[in-house]
Amino acid sequence: MDYVLTEEQRLLQDLARQVAEERIKPVRAELDEQEIFPADLMQEMAQADLFGIIIPEEYGGLGLGCLESCLVLEAIGAACVGVGTTYAATFLGAYPLLLFGSEAQKSHYLPKLVRGEQLAAFALTESQAGSDAGAIQTTAVRDGDFYVLNGTKQWITNAGEAGLYTIIALTDRAKGPRGASAFVVQADDPGVSFGKKEQKMGIRASATREIFFQNCRIPADRLIGKEGMGFIIALKTLDYARPGIGALALGLAQGALDEAVIFARQRQQFGHAIIAFQAVQHILADMAIQIEAARALIYSVARFIDQNPKDFAKEAAVAKVFATDVAMRVTTDAVQILGGHGYMREYPVEKMMRDAKIFQIFEGTNQILRNIIGQALNKEYAKKRS
Amino acid sequence: MMKIIVCLKQVPESQSVRLDPVTHNLQREGVKSIINPFDLYALEEGLRVREEHGGEVIVLSMGPPQAASALREALTYGADRAILLSDRAFAGADTWATAYTLAAAVRRLDGADLIFCGKQAIDGDTAQVGPELAAFLDIPHVAWARKLIFADTGLLQVERLLDHGYDLVEVQLPALITVVKEINTPRLPSFKAKLRAKSAQIPVWTAADLGLAAERVGFEGSFTRVVKVFPPPARGQRELLDGTPEEMAAALWARLRQWRGQ
Ligand SMILES: Cc1cc2nc3c(=O)[nH]c(=O)nc-3n(C[C@H](O)[C@H](O)[C@H](O)COP(=O)(O)OP(=O)(O)OC[C@H]3O[C@@H](n4cnc5c(N)ncnc54)[C@H](O)[C@@H]3O)c2cc1C
Repeated sequence: MDYVLTEEQRLLQDLARQVAEERIKPVRAELDEQEIFPADLMQEMAQADLFGIIIPEEYGGLGLGCLESCLVLEAIGAACVGVGTTYAATFLGAYPLLLFGSEAQKSHYLPKLVRGEQLAAFALTESQAGSDAGAIQTTAVRDGDFYVLNGTKQWITNAGEAGLYTIIALTDRAKGPRGASAFVVQADDPGVSFGKKEQKMGIRASATREIFFQNCRIPADRLIGKEGMGFIIALKTLDYARPGIGALALGLAQGALDEAVIFARQRQQFGHAIIAFQAVQHILADMAIQIEAARALIYSVARFIDQNPKDFAKEAAVAKVFATDVAMRVTTDAVQILGGHGYMREYPVEKMMRDAKIFQIFEGTNQILRNIIGQALNKEYAKKRS
Repeated sequence: MMKIIVCLKQVPESQSVRLDPVTHNLQREGVKSIINPFDLYALEEGLRVREEHGGEVIVLSMGPPQAASALREALTYGADRAILLSDRAFAGADTWATAYTLAAAVRRLDGADLIFCGKQAIDGDTAQVGPELAAFLDIPHVAWARKLIFADTGLLQVERLLDHGYDLVEVQLPALITVVKEINTPRLPSFKAKLRAKSAQIPVWTAADLGLAAERVGFEGSFTRVVKVFPPPARGQRELLDGTPEEMAAALWARLRQWRGQ
């Protein structure tokens, strides 16, 4: 299907597909098996300008939008979402600065991300604050020209690998969620350390660790926006990032369908290629239907976001929930189509099914996102009544 | 600052080439064209030298008008500019006439500090054009480079790959280097360079532009003629086994035992 992309968007898509085919696919199984962090690949992607997509040109980036980032994430996701998550987490870490950072912060940090000198990470989650992000305990106490951070962030993608971290911490416990603020922390700041690498079901090329802050003193100008804006910044960041997570999942689903069709055309049983059996065809057809619907949705939401609407929390959630649920179903079906072969590590769909699960969990579980969508509906209809 | 010229050739993708059964010529129609793979390593090395020392990378190719697409692709990797040498008179050139023509273009560019070529082209496989070009320009060359070291003495040290080990050769610039795949890993294109390449002007230089007489270039200017191109005769006996995998395995096993017994 033709989504009427511009020539520039096509060039970008071609480039991302080339990265996926030539550089990521040949190593994805090894990265997964041995849990290797893809540092070299990140360098290559930076050299190809892929870290500059959403960064404005004045900071060395390409100044493109949500749709372009989704096109790239989809292409990378088709090869490996472990690599894709590593890549996407830098955008997640960059959004708070992009959206709310001062000129000085942006011109100091963003060019380094574009050049691949540093990766970024975004740290909100804590042991007692998952879906309930308002329950965070990490504190940032003002002390003259400094803030002093104490607390522990959990399950942070790129922790220990990134140079730049955006952290949500409480500056005023008494105010609850309104007392949270966002900060830039550098890996080499005093009092910052990292936990061991978590062992995961999927996206094993990505690194997930705890971050410990023990009297971590950072200059006061590391505050992003104003005190008290922490959750506004976090929520907006996640709104912007969610279509990209959907795009990774979409790529993953497409990658699984590709494997399933190729296999079904070649696998012979009862004297026929199994794709000749209607029961198999129907599974493949349902996979294709869901994928195309997810693609149309992601691209539409991305185009909507690129028009700079004021509020798009619901649309971003709709795109993420749908595409990630599709990825879980489609990868599971791909394993089914491959039968025993699908269950073996020798074939890529085994990894794809393991990789799919996290997409229904992180960046807002699909239950929490349904809450957001439900609450938005409630509000919309309340307005209509009055 | 280094002025670097990278010579590259557009070749048919090797897997898809077939010989015309009647004329024995390469059938190029419908065959995908690519940059000669070794030349990508030459380009990468040129780009790396530029990154380290500053300067400019010019890509140069002799070929039919469609060879411009290979040059455009080279621009997507970050070459600064490209020049195509194209003229009906250049057609049918052997390695001598090719190197002669490239040399004229290098002179028109006022020479270079370093010229990079791939060790050979995968279609002709002669490995002659690079060294011949150096001879025409009267500059030293080192073939089969696997590593470059810029020494404090101002000399370039080159590790030259041999069957067993390597030579370490010192050479004065300007020089021509032909490279092997071991020298580097070619980068990916970059998006910005892709955008620039899309609209880049690629000048086309003809024999007249280079001040070359028609009888010194192309087929006319060639000292060698391809008399016949033919596929090598099939070697040895071949037998195709058929049946179920089990039957084929059993038949193969029987053959192996039979041969061993001989
Ligand atoms: C691999 C990985 C990488 C991650 N990377 C990052 C990162 O880079 N930065 C970061 O800040 N965080 C990160 N996270 C954390 C992730 O965002 C959280 O895991 C996620 O928000 C869910 O929180 P939780 O795991 O504590 O689940 P919980 O909140 O404990 O939820 C458990 C279950 O209860 C359901 N549930 C909870 N509350 C409700 C409710 N009100 N209504 C309905 N259902 C509910 C959930 O949907 C879920 O099914 C990462 C996590 C993982 C596993």
